[in-house]
Amino acid sequence: MDFILDNQQELVKKTAREFANDILRPGVIERDEKSLFPKNEIIQMGELGFMGMMVPEKFGGSGLDTLSYCLALEEISKVDASVGVIMSVNNSLVCNLLYKYGNEYQKNTFLPKLASGKSLGSFSLSEPQSGSDASNMKTFARRESSDFVINGTKNWVTNGTSSDIVILLCLTKKNVGYKGISAFIVEKTFDGLTTGNKENKLGIRGSDTCEIYFDNCKVPSKNLIETEGEGFRIALDILNGGRIGIATQALGIAQESLDRSIQYAKEREQFGKSISDFGIIQSKIANMAIKNEASRLLIHKAAILKDKGLEFSKEASMAKHFSSEAAMSNALECVQIFGGYGYVKETGVERLIRDAKITQIYEGTSEIQEKVIAKSLLKGD
Amino acid sequence: MMKIAVLIKQVPGSESPLSIADSNVWLDEEKVAYIMNESDNYALEEALLLKEGTQDCEVVVVSLGPERVKKIIREGLAKGADRGMHLNINSNDVTDPLSIAKIFADALKSENFDLILSGLQSDDLGHGQTGIIIGELLKMSTGSLAVSTKLDGDQIAIKQEMEAGFFQNVRMSLPASITIQSGLNTPRYPSLKGIMGAKKKEIKTLDIDSSDQKLKISKLYLPSSSNEITMIDGSPDQIVENLVKVFKSEIKI
Repeated sequence: MDFILDNQQELVKKTAREFANDILRPGVIERDEKSLFPKNEIIQMGELGFMGMMVPEKFGGSGLDTLSYCLALEEISKVDASVGVIMSVNNSLVCNLLYKYGNEYQKNTFLPKLASGKSLGSFSLSEPQSGSDASNMKTFARRESSDFVINGTKNWVTNGTSSDIVILLCLTKKNVGYKGISAFIVEKTFDGLTTGNKENKLGIRGSDTCEIYFDNCKVPSKNLIETEGEGFRIALDILNGGRIGIATQALGIAQESLDRSIQYAKEREQFGKSISDFGIIQSKIANMAIKNEASRLLIHKAAILKDKGLEFSKEASMAKHFSSEAAMSNALECVQIFGGYGYVKETGVERLIRDAKITQIYEGTSEIQEKVIAKSLLKGD
Repeated sequence: MMKIAVLIKQVPGSESPLSIADSNVWLDEEKVAYIMNESDNYALEEALLLKEGTQDCEVVVVSLGPERVKKIIREGLAKGADRGMHLNINSNDVTDPLSIAKIFADALKSENFDLILSGLQSDDLGHGQTGIIIGELLKMSTGSLAVSTKLDGDQIAIKQEMEAGFFQNVRMSLPASITIQSGLNTPRYPSLKGIMGAKKKEIKTLDIDSSDQKLKISKLYLPSSSNEITMIDGSPDQIVENLVKVFKSEIKI
């Protein structure tokens, strides 16, 4: 077992770190405050190859492995977790799904633009009444000669407003539960598709989340991914990879919490000495670092299993669960170390708490991760 | 074909801890975080921009130092240089600019470069002479502190930074060796495809004989610090009076 990064991986990490510090850091507080989508930043990331990292070069991607993706995503998320989730959704969910399950027509038509950041993707599974229980979805695609006609409402769509392509999960057959779910590629320009207002969120306010309404929206059948009824199997498989992405986003937040805490603890003096000389602060910092290191090992293990084509769903769930809990707890500790200075926006650490919270919720709540892990352990073989 | 060499040096990063090794002649390299010398990064970008504006142009990144310098050579290749040359030597064996320039001149001679670009000085030793001496040794035109460059047939026009805010426009015939001032362009990030592609590019290693050296570092040390600060208190008039006394009696101006 080798924990040493090779030259190429180090350069990927360094490039992401420099890009994040030079380009993303200057506007991060303003984007959070005003809920501004980082449009120009995402275009630049696309040009550098960050939006389709694991897609092979022949489809416009960078042809890197999942581990390199995690190294880059951690650096990006450290500085701006909103950019982290935009990158994670486009890479882990949209590009991965099209590359793994799309046919040649679909890959050739949609992947080159998505993988190079020329267009942006979103992934739409949730509905107002159907969150963790996906089988309860209502949006329905009715076959009409060579098209499908879609009606219904989806919500919590990350990149919902800014995306050009939506990977849509909806029913093509009613009353058969999961077996009725199919996956479609829907272009935002199709008639009958409208998006709702941007949600006014607690955190990751730079990313845009909205509802999407389908009102007799006609989608050609060549945009159906695989065959009818395969959508839920595809979504679950792809969400496993997505969990590695969200775990990494959480790790970025947790690491930023630690780095900012160390920096501040060394600067801040009370009772005539640096607060980093106090055992109680040292204990906080040590515990934050332990959590980050453990998160990183879980994430990298899941990523390596995925790259080797092995089963990684339990490991991805463990990584996401542990990292998102670590992000929340480290962000709270960071603000605690900053005291009053942490509670105001200017220092930029209160945002870490708000950004961390979502990582325990989306792409499977912590409770759902526990269910996945327990099911895998108890299945009895 | 236009051939451009860019000389890049690996130096300790400004945020790296700098502790002196037990030998007392160099830093403890184990603890140093190395980066590409700042002005060399601008020289590399300038070369890549010239390449993009020229048909049939090759950019070669060249670095002198131990095995670790391959890291910045690969970084140069990832950004778009075509191949690399590693002049393999122990890091602190040769520290004087004439010996360094002779090593480069010997290694580069047979390549017949049209243009050699380097940063104006290194952030560690800071002699600021290497690029110029190489040019002289190879009988090239030389220019220093360039803040812009423009290729024009078999000539290159540069704008040079002078003292006191003056600039000078100079036109010289190729081949030329030019040192580049920081800030004249915006160095690019390597693209991920560039990073992937760098693995396939050639890095030629030449082992360098370092026995001929003109200068040796005998001792590297931190200046000793002292706490001899006298605070002069009082009204402005008293402070001035006391300060003048100190000037006269103690510092003896």
